[in-house]
Amino acid sequence: MKGSPSPRNFLQWFDPRGRSAGSWGFMLNRITGLGLVLYLAMHMIVLFQLTRGAEAYDSFIQLMKNPIFIIGELLVIAAGIMHGINGIRIGLTSFGIAVRYQLTMLIIAGIISAGGILFFAIHMLGGA
Amino acid sequence: MTTTWKITLRILRQKQGETKTSWQDFSLDIDPDETVLDAVERVWAFQDRSLTFRHACHHSTCGACGMRVNNIEKLTCITPIRSVTHNNGMLRIEPLRNFPIVSDLVVDVSHFFQELEIMQAPAVSSNSTANLDYEEVFPDVAEKERLIDCIECGLCVSACPVALTDEAYVGPAALSGLHQALAANALSANLALADNHSGVWRCHSAFECSAVCPSNVEPGYRIMDLRKKLMRKNFHQWFGGKEAGK
Repeated sequence: MKGSPSPRNFLQWFDPRGRSAGSWGFMLNRITGLGLVLYLAMHMIVLFQLTRGAEAYDSFIQLMKNPIFIIGELLVIAAGIMHGINGIRIGLTSFGIAVRYQLTMLIIAGIISAGGILFFAIHMLGGA
Repeated sequence: MTTTWKITLRILRQKQGETKTSWQDFSLDIDPDETVLDAVERVWAFQDRSLTFRHACHHSTCGACGMRVNNIEKLTCITPIRSVTHNNGMLRIEPLRNFPIVSDLVVDVSHFFQELEIMQAPAVSSNSTANLDYEEVFPDVAEKERLIDCIECGLCVSACPVALTDEAYVGPAALSGLHQALAANALSANLALADNHSGVWRCHSAFECSAVCPSNVEPGYRIMDLRKKLMRKNFHQWFGGKEAGK
């Protein structure tokens, strides 16, 4: 029936209009989680290159040194940091710890994540 | 002197049996200190008598007039127009999400009430048990009974992203009701009702329920507190200690 819950409604998870900070955390964890799963699949494909010999693998690694792929790697690290740190917040609140401070913890998680991402960005792109 | 704003109400329409929804615009001259419900009633009274919506008390007690106003769940009887739009602005009015639509802004809340009933959500509670753990209880004030805060408006269910996709999810209101029933020591309240994949473990901590609740019930806090109680109970069971609580 129209309006009823349905798995097809999942796209509305990502509609930020009118939603509060908690939903931003919810969305962020889903987007970064999906990104990390996609990366894992790509990582498997890269490892598969090993079976095609050293030469094929070396040429593939050379391609990975392209700045576009380095930015891609930075995005993976950013996703890992955000997913992990926000995950700690969700884990704590899920056990009833500091639930009243979930919003403060989300802000702290955001600040720590931004610092971590900045550190890796300088490290990875600084010499580019 | 009364101020008058010109606003447009864009209302999502759908009649019973119809599969398609459509937006319909209504222009109004209105005092911005009136409420969104006043505006909807005025559309019904002067422009379109076929518009259907729920309302009763007009003072945030019955919980009947919950709607989505500019994508946010609001109890429209206590939402001043001034707080959600501006002069010459637009208000998008939609029915609550995650409920079957009966007609226009009316949704079917029967399943929602059944869930509250199953959880034995109390309507009245003593002061000390109605409070949240962190709220101050005044010991020198005589113990009184009061209506508990939840007005069963359904805003929390509409705002919940998990309720969007999982029909079986018990939902924040019913879980809050169980939390309050346990606090009030209701005889048939049973923590085990929340201990399943459609109960407290389905919540994904978006805390939208607490954000939109017009009555400060804090469903998000109560769901997490139920989890803590369940973890403690299960921990005791797994390691042979005494069972804590029901």
